[in-house]
Amino acid sequence: MLAPDSVGRTFAGAGAISITQSEIDAFAAVVGETDTTFAPPTFTIRISLDQFQNILTKPEIGLDWSRLVHGDQKFEIFHPVKAGDSLSCSATIESYRVAAGNEIVSVRSDLHRGDELVISSWSTLVVRA
Amino acid sequence: MIEVGFSLPEKVVFIDRTMLKAYADASGDQNPIHQNEEFAISVGLPNVIAHGMLTMALVAKYITDWSGGSISVKEFGARFIKPVIVAADQPTDLTINGTVSDVDGDRIKLDLIATSAGIKVLGMSKAVVVKNEQ
Repeated sequence: MLAPDSVGRTFAGAGAISITQSEIDAFAAVVGETDTTFAPPTFTIRISLDQFQNILTKPEIGLDWSRLVHGDQKFEIFHPVKAGDSLSCSATIESYRVAAGNEIVSVRSDLHRGDELVISSWSTLVVRA
Repeated sequence: MIEVGFSLPEKVVFIDRTMLKAYADASGDQNPIHQNEEFAISVGLPNVIAHGMLTMALVAKYITDWSGGSISVKEFGARFIKPVIVAADQPTDLTINGTVSDVDGDRIKLDLIATSAGIKVLGMSKAVVVKNEQ
């Protein structure tokens, strides 16, 4: 059960995350992308999901990550990510509801390079009853 | 000139356990439901299932092959409605189709359909691209 007062809260990430060429290459290789000048569109999901996990499983928030499934996902990409980027991330718990015993949490991740917003993404995460 | 209703060519990608392991390593998502059959069945799944985000990554590749690389995607989203089931001994298909649903200046909106074994696995999958002529 999510703490009721956590909806609307925004959490800053612990520190900036450096993107390496080898991480981009490994991700691109899985889907057969050979041009790795820029990261594939969904590459930053790793950063966002890691941050969501860190935040939502804090004792004062209280989500059970072990029963979690990914309901939907959306990206808005303002600037593509490339190796050498240092991204700071913030995450916002946008909504929370319980339906048929399932807990449904909507979270937004904003990734910045300096002052520039590079990617916003939205994830709906479902904790199964 | 791209017009509304234009259909992108269908693409069939095969997903096997090796790809699931590679995606797990590349994405950091090591949830055993994507690698360990015994575990997947123990939590009520029919077999190992692909990461929803792997499915999305493969659809993104389909989009960018048409639109001109990773930098051409401005928006991309999908609902995960059914799992892609990956048995140990045989690759499973991911069959992808796309249609242009709107054109607004240089921004092209796409509706994507992804099925596996004949079952729709993504819902409401849409993207906005700006074609990058390489």
